[in-house]
Amino acid sequence: MSATPVGHALGAPGAPPGGARATAQPARSVGPPLWLLLELTYRCPLHCVFCYNPTDFANTGPELATADWIRVLREARALGAVQLGLSGGEPLARDDLEEIVGEAHALGFYINLITSGIGMTERRIKALKGAGLDHIQLSFQDSTREMNDFLSSTRTFELKTKVAALIREHDYPMVLNVVLHRHNIDHVGEILAMAERMGAQYVELANTQYYGWAWLNREQLLPSRAQLERAETTTRSFRERVGDAMQIYFVVPDYFERRPKACMRGLGSVFLAVAPDGMALPCHAARMLPGLELPNVRDTSIGAIWYDSQAFNRFRGDAWMREPCRSCPEKVKDFGGCRCQAYLLTGDADNADPVCDLSPYHALVTEAVARAERAAGTSAGAAHAPTLTFRDHRVSIPVVTEGTEVHGEVAPSAP
Amino acid sequence: MSEKRWADMAIKLPLDARPAIARGMRLQREPVQDAHVLLYPEGMVKLNRSAGAIMGRCDGVRTVVDMVADLERAYNQSGLTGDVLAFVAMAVGGHWLEARP
Repeated sequence: MSATPVGHALGAPGAPPGGARATAQPARSVGPPLWLLLELTYRCPLHCVFCYNPTDFANTGPELATADWIRVLREARALGAVQLGLSGGEPLARDDLEEIVGEAHALGFYINLITSGIGMTERRIKALKGAGLDHIQLSFQDSTREMNDFLSSTRTFELKTKVAALIREHDYPMVLNVVLHRHNIDHVGEILAMAERMGAQYVELANTQYYGWAWLNREQLLPSRAQLERAETTTRSFRERVGDAMQIYFVVPDYFERRPKACMRGLGSVFLAVAPDGMALPCHAARMLPGLELPNVRDTSIGAIWYDSQAFNRFRGDAWMREPCRSCPEKVKDFGGCRCQAYLLTGDADNADPVCDLSPYHALVTEAVARAERAAGTSAGAAHAPTLTFRDHRVSIPVVTEGTEVHGEVAPSAP
Repeated sequence: MSEKRWADMAIKLPLDARPAIARGMRLQREPVQDAHVLLYPEGMVKLNRSAGAIMGRCDGVRTVVDMVADLERAYNQSGLTGDVLAFVAMAVGGHWLEARP
């Protein structure tokens, strides 16, 4: 009797062991949508500069009703979906969150709430626990009130600290997520110390991924290589000091890599997101990809969306690939990287993710990093630079006219 | 996960340890996959039959010795102590299981 688990992770950073043994699906054998993400609302009390939500979120249609979300849960679960993320926007902005969690739990989903903590109270955390919520991931923007509040354009630090205590009191593992970028990456030591004081068991230091508002602010957010290396060194020595008491996942920004991330293990492989207006997406950011006929759960079943829709079949297999991916032996590992990044940087979603140094467009990435190096030399007070665009409902509409043109090298605009 | 990484994660574990599924994780049977899966935030591990059988007995009450006896009975085998202990030690090292004294 051999007891080797068969790895089948969904590709999250910080996956426990076994998770790395992902294998490529042959083009024709489509497995179930194992990982369902419901973006319950685009409403959010924060205005984070690195948010991946679409910059034109204010133009999307009305939010799905409770009954719609419940139907989505039932249909997806019947197909084999098992991992459920509830995010947004801020999912606590929906007052039917407890009802959605209750239904998901009854169906057998493992439920992870991805939240800023704003809106969490003693009453709600009790109700969510009672409804069967498995896990809470709390985001912080930085280690100090000043920077947290500046980067989220709110006054929320004290509130988040209280929510962290609530999470612990209700016997959830304390899981903190901090998105890193030029303005807070030098505070990694302080961020980890804050996490330790809060009794965090898991800390995800996730470098910004450049989509949505983060793409708009990329020139202000990308750290320098020296910053990144300092942060990694700090993280390593902190790890050595705390040992097993805290698991720290450091997600390197892919702009500094030479091979792309295996984004979603390939679109249409395991992941299905539903946006607040019911649009079904093969990745959170896919709304921007031209030529994708995005189905809506209001009029299409999850089965038809997953197996039959153009949007979910468009990037399955490798027939869509161009060179250098098509003949590359690594295509079974990284699936050509991220389609959204290929589109944002090269203007064509079928190209190789330019993070790959085999891509003819790789210079677009190295030039962005080089600009970040130059900026780092002059950015002592850059956290307060006026050119950061905070995610905001009012900003969202004017951004559309520029956002639709966004690809290649676009300078971020001020609000 | 290479064998080497697995070996690195293994920790020493006494036979009277009482392993339990780690807090924040959930083990369940998935009919669509015809397997036990271990669920954690944004991830999942599909377990083979043996791993599923062992993890399914990690209830924080039974010791490793109890589990081995139960598995040997259930599968009509003998001499499973080494395999079971090795797997449990690796799973504790990888934070899938917590060993309670």
